[in-house]
Amino acid sequence: MRSFLAFVRKEFYHILRDTRTLLIILGMPIAQVLIFGYAVTNEFRNAPIAVIDQSHDELSRELINEITATGYFNLIEQPPTTDQLDALFRSGDVKLGIIIPPNFEEDFFRQKLTSLQLVADGSDPNYATTLINYSTQIIGSFQQRYAGGPARYQIGVETQLVYNPLLINAYNFIPGVVAIILLLISAMMTSLTIAKEKEMGTMDLLLVSPLSPVTIILGKVTPYVFLAMINAIIILVMGYFIFEVPVVGSLVLLFAFCLLYVLTALSLGIFISTKAASQQAAMMGSLFTLLMPSMLLSGFIFPIDSMPWPLQQISKIIPATYFIELLKGVMLKGLGREFLWQPAVVLAGMTIVLLLLSWVNFKVRTK
Amino acid sequence: MNGIEVENISKSFGDTLALDALSFKVAQGERFGLLGPDGAGKSTLFKILTTLLLPDAGRATVAGWDIDKDFKEIRRHVGYMPGKFSLYQDLSVSENLNFFATIFGTTIKANYHLIKPIYEQIEPFRDRRAGALSGGMKQKLALCCALIHQPKVLFLDEPTTGVDAVSRDEFWAMLAQLKDAGITILVSTPYMDEAERCERVALLQTGKILALDRPQTIVGNFTEPLWAIRADNYYQLLLDLRKAPFSQRVEVFGEFLHLTARPATTGEEITTYAEHCGHGNILLKPAEATIEDVFLALM
Amino acid sequence: MISNAITASNLTKKFGNFTAVDNITFNVKRGEVFGFLGANGAGKTTAIKMLIGLSKPSGGEATVAGLNLMTQSEKIKERIGYMSQKFSLYEDLTIRQNINFYGGVYGLKRKDIRTKTADILAELQLEDKADEKVGGLPLGWKQRLSFSVANVHDPDVVFLDEPTGGVDPATRRQFWEMIYAAASGGRTIFVTTHYMDEAEYCDRISIMVAGKIAALGTPGELKERFAAKSMDEVFLRLVR
Repeated sequence: MRSFLAFVRKEFYHILRDTRTLLIILGMPIAQVLIFGYAVTNEFRNAPIAVIDQSHDELSRELINEITATGYFNLIEQPPTTDQLDALFRSGDVKLGIIIPPNFEEDFFRQKLTSLQLVADGSDPNYATTLINYSTQIIGSFQQRYAGGPARYQIGVETQLVYNPLLINAYNFIPGVVAIILLLISAMMTSLTIAKEKEMGTMDLLLVSPLSPVTIILGKVTPYVFLAMINAIIILVMGYFIFEVPVVGSLVLLFAFCLLYVLTALSLGIFISTKAASQQAAMMGSLFTLLMPSMLLSGFIFPIDSMPWPLQQISKIIPATYFIELLKGVMLKGLGREFLWQPAVVLAGMTIVLLLLSWVNFKVRTK
Repeated sequence: MNGIEVENISKSFGDTLALDALSFKVAQGERFGLLGPDGAGKSTLFKILTTLLLPDAGRATVAGWDIDKDFKEIRRHVGYMPGKFSLYQDLSVSENLNFFATIFGTTIKANYHLIKPIYEQIEPFRDRRAGALSGGMKQKLALCCALIHQPKVLFLDEPTTGVDAVSRDEFWAMLAQLKDAGITILVSTPYMDEAERCERVALLQTGKILALDRPQTIVGNFTEPLWAIRADNYYQLLLDLRKAPFSQRVEVFGEFLHLTARPATTGEEITTYAEHCGHGNILLKPAEATIEDVFLALM
Repeated sequence: MISNAITASNLTKKFGNFTAVDNITFNVKRGEVFGFLGANGAGKTTAIKMLIGLSKPSGGEATVAGLNLMTQSEKIKERIGYMSQKFSLYEDLTIRQNINFYGGVYGLKRKDIRTKTADILAELQLEDKADEKVGGLPLGWKQRLSFSVANVHDPDVVFLDEPTGGVDPATRRQFWEMIYAAASGGRTIFVTTHYMDEAEYCDRISIMVAGKIAALGTPGELKERFAAKSMDEVFLRLVR
């Protein structure tokens, strides 16, 4: 136990003395949250839009006038078909499309119910949300004015985002950022630091000592559990206060899941380091086998449902996939253990398998 | 009981045979040198004896323990200083020493008598980070860290490489002091002139032992007539002497050439030959063989 | 023809308050094998960096290959070769590619590069290994190849930074014979090292202690002056 504590202390010295890396570790979550949150400004004017008017009646013309008169939108074209609207999106000439159905006026007054379709270019998600919000508001006040009250007549607004049907917004990116940052710190940093001992030759000295392999590994990873949890808290607090992402469910459960995921990521890092002989190899290994797939295939940036079948299968072996599911479950939906045991069991299983693999691969002798 | 026993140890990496059926014994408390160039197999042998590597064939014991079966015992009782400086550069001198003391379950205080003469030299820099020490200081710190748990056997892999002459000299003096503590020392070096600092040496080349004995005995066994010679044009003299009928071998040896002549060659014969080749300022004298001469003759 | 390949008079380099090289004065004759020795941190590296034009002197004057160090340092770089044990060859390129590359770096014509390559391969007896990667060669061959590559543009002066550490005695001698052969052809060889037994192979040596040249002469003279059996002893007497 004494040598374990000495080991952990040494590891903290390494971390605290490498101020640049420490700053990166602690600054990274803050930067990521801010970048995802504020990368696109919400202010805009003269957004290029297209309108397909299938009704061509008084009311539809009034509505178009109303929308363009605000100065927020600039009517570029009135394409006759949705195919042409598609082309406009693809060329990037248009950011928002409004499709007015046939018999708009008649339905509005007679059946007291009609529906509009808003189509936005989701490849720029923040911009798209903003456009949708503005146009929905304009349409809302338009219907109030014509119907003389909110309840009597209704225009249902049906929105559809092309290219990025599931928006990344704060609700989405906070869990995603937590998943990525914890992975970075737990898996990449631990594999790097173990590889560093090998590269410096100090691993040989540790092996030629009474320390058991388990003590060496635990001593190396313990400090990173702390760092990872600190980062998780930073991100969640920023999400709560800056972007109003609530934690609906139990905080205890939330941290338990974070810890579970950190353990999975650590065992991944340990596994990588049993394979990688140098820091460079460990770095490349974690970047390409962990970070990239976790960013792209875990449902953080692209929704899993819209992926082709092979990629969906890959997403199933990525720990971040399950962790994001757990986080969303607890934070946004307030689900309890009874609904979330499945992904949690998957993560725990992954951890056990990885640790077993590392155990088999760890050399008490070098090559 | 011997400090180290090595019997027919072989090890290959792919197609390269690093150690070729090596056998030797080191008595307890002996300071034994492994002399050989890079690639002779010195580091491989160290890794095998420190239980970091298993040999392909053969067996070995360290302090009586088998390197395969009893590797845990060995790890508790040997000190190892790898070829490359292998301490934590971002930890200070005292932090490094403390760390290694603790993981061996001891304290600096408990074994201070052992490291005292060495540690006193680096103590003024105890709060300096290891990475900022000079080569000689690093080497002393590494020795302290390897000694702090009072090992039975000390493995020093090229401890004097990359260190200047003063530090090298001091280092060997420190090793000589450890004799009193009864610690067996296996030390390797690529520098032939360090042979005399060991009680016995083995000359190692491409995984084989060329010679093994006390340095004086090894040198004494060199019985061929050896001359040192020089002239104004050193390089031309080398080329000319290689063509001489009485030459067995001519090697550059610093200021002088070393000429191993055929038996019964006289000094006059050599001088006459050199003069005949047009050399001026010829200086010829009988030479005493060095370890390098032996090494060259055996290769 | 100039008779001194290197002249340095009162050459000084200061870093802030610290004087790394303190008024050193020496000459190296053309065709000489000159050993430049000193303990770690004695100022050796700083001095050599000035001479090869990588660091600007704070004071004094020097010429290398007849060119003024202060005003013609770029020209000097064309006239010198440099070899260090740590850096020189690209391990993942073949022998031929390495020679071609350095020939190109020094602006040799393609035809000259071709003949040079053939010459070097013949001299080192590496013709049948020309297309093998340098990384797989034994250390001794790498060293000799590095030396040949440092000579590819027929420089006036070749700087060798700790050239022969870690090789066996026979390989080391092959290397020194190459150096002597080059020197006997009129090339000046400037060797820095802190291994004193390497110093014995030089025509003349200087020993730096704390930024100054503490001794300068042939190995024989120095051993006599300090009543020492070896250069190691000379060095120990000087430094202590």
